[in-house]
Amino acid sequence: MEIKILGPGCPRCFEVERRTRNALAVLNVAADLQKISDIKKIAEYKIFATPGLIINGKVKCSGRIPSVEEIKQWIKEEM
Amino acid sequence: MNNKRVLLILLLLFLAAYFIPFSAARVQNSLIEAFLLLQEYARKHVLLCLVPAFFIAGAISVFIRKEAVIKYLGPSANKVLSYGVASVSGSILAVCSCTVLPLFAGIYNQGAGIGPATAFLYSGPAINVLAMVFTAKVLGWKLGLARMIGAVGFSVIIGLLMSAIFRCKQKKDGAEGDFTEGHGETVGRPLWKTGLYFVAMIGILIFINWSKGDASLTSWNAIYRAKWAISGILLAGLAWMLLKWFKKEEIKEWALSTWIFARQIFPLLLAGVFVSGLLLGRPGHEGLIPSDWVARFVGGNGLGANLFASVTGALMYFATLTEVPILQGLLGSGMGQGPALALLLAGPALSLPSMIVISKIMGPKKALTYILLVVVMATITGLVFGGLVG
Repeated sequence: MEIKILGPGCPRCFEVERRTRNALAVLNVAADLQKISDIKKIAEYKIFATPGLIINGKVKCSGRIPSVEEIKQWIKEEM
Repeated sequence: MNNKRVLLILLLLFLAAYFIPFSAARVQNSLIEAFLLLQEYARKHVLLCLVPAFFIAGAISVFIRKEAVIKYLGPSANKVLSYGVASVSGSILAVCSCTVLPLFAGIYNQGAGIGPATAFLYSGPAINVLAMVFTAKVLGWKLGLARMIGAVGFSVIIGLLMSAIFRCKQKKDGAEGDFTEGHGETVGRPLWKTGLYFVAMIGILIFINWSKGDASLTSWNAIYRAKWAISGILLAGLAWMLLKWFKKEEIKEWALSTWIFARQIFPLLLAGVFVSGLLLGRPGHEGLIPSDWVARFVGGNGLGANLFASVTGALMYFATLTEVPILQGLLGSGMGQGPALALLLAGPALSLPSMIVISKIMGPKKALTYILLVVVMATITGLVFGGLVG
């Protein structure tokens, strides 16, 4: 499973990353987690607002900080 | 922190301790000024202005649907609507300066007309509910109002100008279509409720900061006398709304978002206040920089002063809200009202690092045009305002 977190480095993106790691740990799932901070690269994903959460190439969330429950749900969807 | 960094920091601390002329009267005074200014901010602005402002910022980032707003910026949207939304949406979508550039890149790359996209780019950092209230409170209502009108006006005008200048080169469709994303998340709360909730919070922010007016302004002073009562009523209304219309989960998200903003902005603001006090002193006092230097470069209302303020503002980086204490220091040291407005309009919107990023997104020609437009317009507006207020 490939997870990308898009964000230029502000605290909200870190929070998304933290929650994602949390969700992965709780579900005991291994995933390749990448943090993308370059603005041009972020724009390629066609989201409008950071933070962005991409799992296996699909945009699961953008523009807000999702709850750990939501993140767990999305991870399960992609398993 | 790795060892090289620690060594560097220790070295710098030692050199500072060794060489800084602490026995010089000016240095001593400046340090005291820095702390006095810090205290003034802590006592006068933090509780009543900053704390409510952070709550509003938190609410904006949690409860406002970005997709709904961005939908209006697409090239297919009605022109008047898209410019109107673009120029105001900055205050809605981007309270933190780090959000603006990714948003702009997203909008621009997906086909928003260059006009509305640029209008948004400018308005994001420039129009900001917190900054406006803070400006009016600390620097006076005239500058606050001028800043607000200038910022909204600028975004529309700059957007329109960019659109006109680059008309032939506009990206003809390609990747656009509609801007909405296929999430389908329901909000579960009608727009009017969200609206009232924001009105209540912004109302509280405005009323608790209502200052005493001149003896001649009777209705202004009547409100001033009633300000705590009005704020109290609004606060009660807000509490009721929270109880009835919001789930506990949402309130927790709101609190977290508020905390994130506070954690990010507050330390920078305090640092900015301290540096401003150190360099410029409190209004009526001096810091490290002598007042006549300030007066020479940005005093009065000449073209040179406004231009200098504009260019310096454009290059300097201002963390959200820090432009206010810096301007307070400059004004207190002899800066003219005109150049002050010029700095307010060019400063938050641009900085050297952001110019580089914008150039990567729009290309150097468009970026340079944008930067020049901002600087020129800020200078002119400063001149006009300075002339009006004297």
